[in-house]
Amino acid sequence: MFALVDANNMYVSCERVFQPRLCGRPVVVLSSNDGACIARSNEAKDLGVRMAQPWFQVRHLERSAGLLAVSANFELYGDMSSRMMAVVARFAPRQEVYSIDESFLDFDGVRGDLVGIGRDLGATVLMETGLPTSVGFGPTKTLAKLANHIAKTADRKPGSYPGHLSQVCNLVTLSEADRLKAFAATEVGNVWGVGRKIGARLVEGGVRTVLDLVRCDVATLRRQFSVVLEKTVLELRGTSCLSMDEAPAAKQQILVSRSFGKAVTDVAGIVEAVSEFASRAAESLRQQDGAAGAVNVFFTTSPFRKDDRQHSPSVTVPLVRPTSDSRHLVGAAVAAVHRLFRPGFNYVKAGVMLVDLQPAGQRQGELDLFSAVSDAAGERPERDHSALMATMDELNRRFGRSSVHIGSASTTAHDTAERSWATRQERRSPRFTTRWDEMPMVRA
Amino acid sequence: MYSFDAIPDGAAVGSDPSARPRETRSTAAGFGSPGADSTVKRIDLNDALIRHPDATFVMRAAGAAMQGAGIDDADVLLVDRAIQPSHGHIVVAVVDGELVCRRLWKQAGSTRLEAAFTDNPATHADIVPDEGMPLEVWGVVTTVIKSLMPR
Repeated sequence: MFALVDANNMYVSCERVFQPRLCGRPVVVLSSNDGACIARSNEAKDLGVRMAQPWFQVRHLERSAGLLAVSANFELYGDMSSRMMAVVARFAPRQEVYSIDESFLDFDGVRGDLVGIGRDLGATVLMETGLPTSVGFGPTKTLAKLANHIAKTADRKPGSYPGHLSQVCNLVTLSEADRLKAFAATEVGNVWGVGRKIGARLVEGGVRTVLDLVRCDVATLRRQFSVVLEKTVLELRGTSCLSMDEAPAAKQQILVSRSFGKAVTDVAGIVEAVSEFASRAAESLRQQDGAAGAVNVFFTTSPFRKDDRQHSPSVTVPLVRPTSDSRHLVGAAVAAVHRLFRPGFNYVKAGVMLVDLQPAGQRQGELDLFSAVSDAAGERPERDHSALMATMDELNRRFGRSSVHIGSASTTAHDTAERSWATRQERRSPRFTTRWDEMPMVRA
Repeated sequence: MYSFDAIPDGAAVGSDPSARPRETRSTAAGFGSPGADSTVKRIDLNDALIRHPDATFVMRAAGAAMQGAGIDDADVLLVDRAIQPSHGHIVVAVVDGELVCRRLWKQAGSTRLEAAFTDNPATHADIVPDEGMPLEVWGVVTTVIKSLMPR
């Protein structure tokens, strides 16, 4: 049995924890570069603001509807994410962090009232971190994800699904009739692994809802679409095809993480792992022609080794410019490890997540204020390394993973990353939880 | 599974030698170095002062209304959200969209937030929630950190 736990409107919710005046009002979070809305509060969704919609298109709502916009604050979101993940991890023997605000829990062998456990989980995360969550349970990962969608939608739009499914939904304890009703009420595009393109093609072919999709002939789907879609349908029918640590790619982040074969206690081991994870993540990033605006790095001890002291550091490093260059991404990740590592702990898992993703090649030359700074720091001026990266990817494809990799991490990456805050927009809130001089003020 | 068997013990790729753990440094002297014993740990204020690290947040106080409780202007507060707030706790609460520090008074079915002035028994800074509006406690203040050095 799987559960998918995620935070509702994660970035907006993080802002609201420290700025309660944002509660109950329409709020959007803007991406660092192109001014698109990358997170929306429910109130902003109700105003019709669409995901990734450019800010200039909705800006008039500031005056007419009281819409509030803040610039993305990935340091804050990264820290709140690591807090949330640590709290969530207490509720099941295994957790797979899937994105900055989602994790799968493996409830195999756990007996009892799962909906009750889910409500307890939600209440605990809300109390300890201030973040509201939705929880979906299902016998497969795809069903858990669907249950999560139902739980979230039932909460946001009363009447869309039965009210008792709000916030926590377990598809297994639903009656067959109720389950089919829920399937029929869910558009096919909301299924995990059905992208926009495939979704549109399915709708064209008359497959509009999850119920339609479940009733399709899998062999036909495999022929007309892909094995991936066939697997998705099998998962929707309750046959588990994806185990923990196996998933279709997330849309807004790229995450590479692994549990270690045995505990790692030295900084060299963490650096080695994180370098490799960052390299792999950079490779997927280039495959989708993307660039990342920030890198999140985390490593953790095991909450199930009760006698061990616990340490689960995590940091999100904003980059000076969005990049897909492995050297910059690995450099930033390694610098973060050196900053976070503390000796004397048994670390069992590490990961790298690329966030603030955007299309590559949108260089804003006129805003390139920092090349001068880089020169002063002894770095050569930025050159186009995309040919180098393409060659590296090709060699790795041909001769196997990590045939060619980043051999030295730039020690200046840390300084450059530190300086990057200056490029952030003025609407950015303070980095409440990661900077001593930006902590929240409380009136006394 | 990621295997670490292949990792050499030497300097890792791109590592800064000064960032390596202490015990890997040379201990060539004749005496055994107690520093080499990794089980000895210096007092860590995080461990000592923060019971719930994932639920604890650092804030700075602004104002004089809580001096009677030992909280001066610009003091740093550790605020723990995992503690169930109860009568007598110093708490951070949400009042009119703002974070406010007060003492929680919760007895006989009534709830309010009390100021703690040293010289002034005024109650004008007490906060009584409106009828039917639940009081929203953000977290419980567990620790005050104040610098004694002149600024």
